[in-house]
Amino acid sequence: MNFDFSDDQKFLREEARKFLSAKCTTAQVRAVLDDEAMSHNADVWKQIVEMGWLGTAIAEEHGGLGLGMLELCVIAEELGRALAPVPFGSTVYFFAEALKLAGSDAQKASILPKVADGSVIGCFAASEGPGPVEAGSLTTAFENGALSGTKIPVTDGDIATHAVVLAKDGSGTSLILVALDQPGVTRTSIETIEPTRSHAEITFDGAAAERLGAQGDGETLYNAIMNRAAVLLAFEQTGGASVCLEMATDYAKERHAFGRPIGGNQAIKHKLADMYVKNEVARSNAYYGAWALSTDAAELPEAAAAARIAASEAYWFAAKENIQTHGGMGFTWEVDCHLYYRRSKLLAVQAGAPAVWKEKLVRALETRNAA
Amino acid sequence: MDFNDTPEEAAFRAEARAFLEQHLEPKRGNATRSREPRALTLDKAKKWQKVKAENQFAQITWPKEIGGRGGTPMQQVIWNQEEAKFNAPIGPFAIGLGMCVPTVIAFGSDAHKARYVQPALHGEEIWCQLFSEPSAGSDVAGLKTKAVKDGDDWVINGQKVWTTGAQFSDYGIVLTRTDPNVPKHKGLTMFIVDMKAPGVEVRPIHQASGGREFNEVYFTDVRIPDSDRLGDPGMGWKVALVTLMNERLAVGGSPGPDWQEIMDYARDAGTLSNQAFREKLADWYVAAQGYKLTKFRTQTALSRGETPGPENSIGKIITANHLQDICNSAVEMQDHYGLIIDKDKAPADAIFQESLMWAPGLRIAGGTDEILKNIIAERVLGLPQDVRVDKDKAFSEL
Repeated sequence: MNFDFSDDQKFLREEARKFLSAKCTTAQVRAVLDDEAMSHNADVWKQIVEMGWLGTAIAEEHGGLGLGMLELCVIAEELGRALAPVPFGSTVYFFAEALKLAGSDAQKASILPKVADGSVIGCFAASEGPGPVEAGSLTTAFENGALSGTKIPVTDGDIATHAVVLAKDGSGTSLILVALDQPGVTRTSIETIEPTRSHAEITFDGAAAERLGAQGDGETLYNAIMNRAAVLLAFEQTGGASVCLEMATDYAKERHAFGRPIGGNQAIKHKLADMYVKNEVARSNAYYGAWALSTDAAELPEAAAAARIAASEAYWFAAKENIQTHGGMGFTWEVDCHLYYRRSKLLAVQAGAPAVWKEKLVRALETRNAA
Repeated sequence: MDFNDTPEEAAFRAEARAFLEQHLEPKRGNATRSREPRALTLDKAKKWQKVKAENQFAQITWPKEIGGRGGTPMQQVIWNQEEAKFNAPIGPFAIGLGMCVPTVIAFGSDAHKARYVQPALHGEEIWCQLFSEPSAGSDVAGLKTKAVKDGDDWVINGQKVWTTGAQFSDYGIVLTRTDPNVPKHKGLTMFIVDMKAPGVEVRPIHQASGGREFNEVYFTDVRIPDSDRLGDPGMGWKVALVTLMNERLAVGGSPGPDWQEIMDYARDAGTLSNQAFREKLADWYVAAQGYKLTKFRTQTALSRGETPGPENSIGKIITANHLQDICNSAVEMQDHYGLIIDKDKAPADAIFQESLMWAPGLRIAGGTDEILKNIIAERVLGLPQDVRVDKDKAFSEL
């Protein structure tokens, strides 16, 4: 049995944690939160680019480090712990994975090296309105090499240089690769509950674009990319949920009420024990997702779904009960609790909300049982 | 990252499997639905235990000198996994070999070890653990059963409860109060007791589930020689902690229907398309995977020769609650018909109804949900202990 990261991977995690705890504290996160003009923390981003993290799971022939998905998972957990206010997930988990999965040799050769060196920032645009993304009811359409329609919200859409867009294409759907610095693209920043990561509404009006993958494969590719992103996001979520438990535990030991630490009361102890249980369930399911992702296992659909469901539930519970444990202090702008509360919701809905994944999971189990 | 054995583990697994194939039938279907009478099962279990002991498979991690294999904890895990794939009659020895006999080995005399270890290992003698009392459950150190010195003997009076297997046990370890004038943890003493001795009376408990698997044990002027004391007088709590530490290693999942069984049932019943049910099914799968995969993480630490982290402590809290929830959903899915527990009429051999009635016990046995959460909060997270108003008071003044 070897169901854990290797010593090398754990070393990478420690190095990432050391770097982020020195260079990406909540002060750096708050710089973005408190300044509406800041879409991300450019200083932190620059250093992450320099360390080569963007190319962790990009092949060496495409300018990456040529490590694997497991290495990317340990970095994701640390970025999640640090609430890194940078477009890492959009660029790596969604955009680069889409290119790796569906891109032609020419597309990969021209864009992946630029992802790895930081000159391309990617985003992924699927949502057009309230409710889950439904391939059948998309209005954004690709026709004769031009893309038209509106996507909202697009995480990191205002700072990205390129987007992968799920669009109607003839009678089906396709993934569309589009450069965002062109006349046919209008971007408007939008206000969200998570301002440490920027969001945009993007309107395409006959923008020059090209297919990523075959015509009509849009929905299949979208699901495959979501499976990959779900695992990576689960590591960010697990990281964030762990910090919430640490914060709540530390506070419960220090804060005195009625003559003793509040953490001596079972109402608090059991709440934090529940948090611990949910976090461990999330961690174990995330590890399984990592295994499935790194080995291209047939179990990836259910592993990714389970990882995402467990991580979304754990982070939400940990984030809201961390505020509750902090009492009135936890509801102030100055105390960091709300940063995790905000991030937990972004990560829970960014790649499809938990209810969507529960349905995907049950369908995968039905398919497996029928086989 | 993978789920493979190391070459050494694979070799041991092959050896274990070959041995099992030679002696047992592989399991088919759901063997938990056995309708075999208890006496027959007990006889088979004793024979199988003897075969295991003679081939050094009975206690893998025990030293060879006392009949073990001198193996690793990972080898014990592998053995358990393989044995579970066969119709192995196991059960009545788990408490003795997992908890009582290790306590005898740790605190008993050379004479005790010479007398008791081999018969227990070979399935000739069965042991039970006598700690809980009607007024001392989670707070077991508050127990009242008295032991009073009389010449070279101690005289025991009192009542124990929830004693698994007492009705067919030969020996037990019994925790008693020998000094009521000191705080509760300091006045306890542990003994080996002959369950066939005069004054020991075993009465089955009629459980809420309807069954009678557990017992009350009454002690009336039972005489135990001082030579059968385990540890010094007043040291009983320390001895009990060693026993209970072994219990936590032994108590695992909760037997009963899982997500797969309720999914199969829902498909047959035509209710699998119900949206609310599908969401619950997803939650049960995620929790079951969480439990299983967390065990894999613990096994990985064992396989690497490391000390496992505390993550395995989440097990019973998850499994017992989910079992109860799954059974409740299955019963409600059957609507009015869900009341029926007659195996010949109820769907799935009434396993959902039976487990529904067992589930409350699973949430209590081996540490209640609440005590397990306290343990996580205090020992894993380092939160303060609960207020203990009786801590420094003599037991007699409580």
